[in-house]
Amino acid sequence: MTVRELSGRGAATILAALLALTALTTAVAYADLGRFAAAVAIAIATAKALLVAFYFMELRASSRVVRVYAAAGILFLALLLLGTLDDSVRRLPASDETPAGASR
Amino acid sequence: MSSIASPSGSIDVAFPRLNLASWYVFVVGGVLTFATLVIGGVDTGWTFYTPYSSTYANSHVITAAAGIFVVGFSSILTAINFIATVHTMRAPGLTWMRLPLFVWSLYATSLIIVLGTPVIAITLALVAAERLFRFGIFNPALGGDPLLFQHLFWFYSHPAVYVMILPGMGVVSEVISCFSRKRVFGYRMVAFSSLAIALLGFLVWGHHMFVSGMSAFSGMIFSLLSFLVAIPSAIKVFNWTATLHRGSISFQTPMLYALGFIGLFTIGGLTGLFLAAMAVDVHVHDTYFVIAHFHYIMVGGMVMGYLGGIHYWWPKMTGRMYPESWARLAALIVFIGFNLTFFPQFVLGYLGMPRRYHAYPPEFQVLNVLSSAGASILAVGYLIPMVYLLWSLRYAPRASSNPWGAVGLEWHTPSPPPPHNFAKTPVVSDETFSYAPST
Amino acid sequence: MSDAAGSPVAEPFEDLEQERAARRLGMWVFLATEVLFFGGLFTGYAVYRAGHPAAFAEASRRLDVLLGALNTSVLLTSSFTMATAVRLAREGSGRRARAWLALTAALGAAFLAVKGFEYAEKFRERLVPGASFGVEGPHAPAERIFFSFYFVMTGLHALHMLVGLGVVAAVARRLRDDGPVELAGLYWHFVDVVWIYLFPLLYLVSRHA
Repeated sequence: MTVRELSGRGAATILAALLALTALTTAVAYADLGRFAAAVAIAIATAKALLVAFYFMELRASSRVVRVYAAAGILFLALLLLGTLDDSVRRLPASDETPAGASR
Repeated sequence: MSSIASPSGSIDVAFPRLNLASWYVFVVGGVLTFATLVIGGVDTGWTFYTPYSSTYANSHVITAAAGIFVVGFSSILTAINFIATVHTMRAPGLTWMRLPLFVWSLYATSLIIVLGTPVIAITLALVAAERLFRFGIFNPALGGDPLLFQHLFWFYSHPAVYVMILPGMGVVSEVISCFSRKRVFGYRMVAFSSLAIALLGFLVWGHHMFVSGMSAFSGMIFSLLSFLVAIPSAIKVFNWTATLHRGSISFQTPMLYALGFIGLFTIGGLTGLFLAAMAVDVHVHDTYFVIAHFHYIMVGGMVMGYLGGIHYWWPKMTGRMYPESWARLAALIVFIGFNLTFFPQFVLGYLGMPRRYHAYPPEFQVLNVLSSAGASILAVGYLIPMVYLLWSLRYAPRASSNPWGAVGLEWHTPSPPPPHNFAKTPVVSDETFSYAPST
Repeated sequence: MSDAAGSPVAEPFEDLEQERAARRLGMWVFLATEVLFFGGLFTGYAVYRAGHPAAFAEASRRLDVLLGALNTSVLLTSSFTMATAVRLAREGSGRRARAWLALTAALGAAFLAVKGFEYAEKFRERLVPGASFGVEGPHAPAERIFFSFYFVMTGLHALHMLVGLGVVAAVARRLRDDGPVELAGLYWHFVDVVWIYLFPLLYLVSRHA
């Protein structure tokens, strides 16, 4: 199957976006976002990852099977995280130490 | 010939050199694991629970972990090969819904291997790192959480048991169909059940941790999901039974093993549901009840499925026919020996005999002796095929390309098959298991 | 049967289309296994960060955010150069593709050099977990766990980078057609994606005062 090509200019645009998001996530780390800090960082990282996956790795032009397997890896990791964290946070002693401004 | 390539009508798997590489990797892993035994062994048990394995054990944990790590990668490489082969190399006309059910089961198995094995790999690597560098990730004395290890360990190790049973189920589908002269009842449901077992099997790992100190709420969720995973297995049993109904049944050796599988797997599966109920599990966890449960699945199920498959495909692989009377006798001995070995263990476990102890109270003696007697009978049942199968390689009559009158692409090649399986690429036009005369 | 570049289609494939599809799928399935492989480490990290947020923030601040951001940029750029190499190989410009592959490898090597420098620094600052871990105070056990994850996660990532360098070198040598380059690219980008998550999770837990 032919793959829709990413042009040189297109690739450079993606790189620019990636570098901008890197600067953003670094800057945002200096702001006090409390309990949302982790979520924001992960969201920005995911945006970068999707850019790399869909453009550099050509997922947007790949077959459905390939996309299913790419998704499966992520989905099952999410399952591992969810199942383990669900038990761990219920069980481990609630930490009374929190980053300044955050509540548990 | 390959169990995936030939029934798919392909000349070889997608990546033949990866196939070979995975064999060599397996040998390296096997040597490492065996070396562990030779240099002094490991005493953590196969579950490697921390912090014993990661901090306090004085045995060869790292060598053992390395061996398993390497063998795991051999599995992963083969699973990648199977997946790519089934997706991209099917013969013309061989749609997904015409694939033999054995291929479906191997596909589902590969799915599990690909998603689960990497987790045990990294977990064991972490244990090795903790031993080497004294990290404390799993050591409560240093702020670590031993249950983290258990979550990571069982996330793979539960799906692993479905890796172990799915191929056997695939064999049963093929054999039941052939020796009832009927297509498998509910082909679609059986195929999708293989996938469902693979996927649902990833949702239940916590049921190994009910008494570990895990949160009760989390336990309840895992318990509910464990009930769910029994459903696709049950669907398969119902479909096999329906296949037998009004079939033209003959009792050659492969069929004897397949029938044994259905009955014994059902007992194993039912007792699995008993264990999935937290309230019951609290009492029988770490007793012989658990041991009996999984041996009904592993031996009553998988080993019999394996023996059935060996006999079914022996003439195809070797070009020789094994002696049928001896084979039936061995199957009977295996069945009797197996049940005598493991049924008493259900009772023992329920009465409270713990597993992994070096001694037991005197009131359990009779049942233990029965079990040991059964084991020696089972051993005879295993020995007999070893003898006659080897014997058959040289002295048995040659087999035709299709001694069972079975349907399936592999039966269209000579026995044994030539190097590229098929002289020309076959074209598939019949539905799977079309035993009725075509109209 | 041969492909556009004139080399024969490998056995056991019937045509180039099938070979491409199979190899691409095979690589993606492998990458899925890698997601779960690193995933175990991310899971352990998540459990401890959820339980000890302040200690993790404290430990994270001991990492050099400038070096981390620099390294992230280097790696992202290397993905760009790799994507360019794949595009050029597809167009048939073998020599230019090789040049961009070399650039990719150079950037990867630079990443590893910076990493090595960071490790040496951490060793000097006694932040390597083990008997000589130098942090004191109530957060010390959790900080030690943070650094355990730091070294294992970045160490495993660095190992993958090293393999990546080898793959790039191998593919550059035998640049007959673009198939292998594309597969090498997929692997390289994946290792980049892992770092995309490692950077904020390790370096940017909390940088505000």
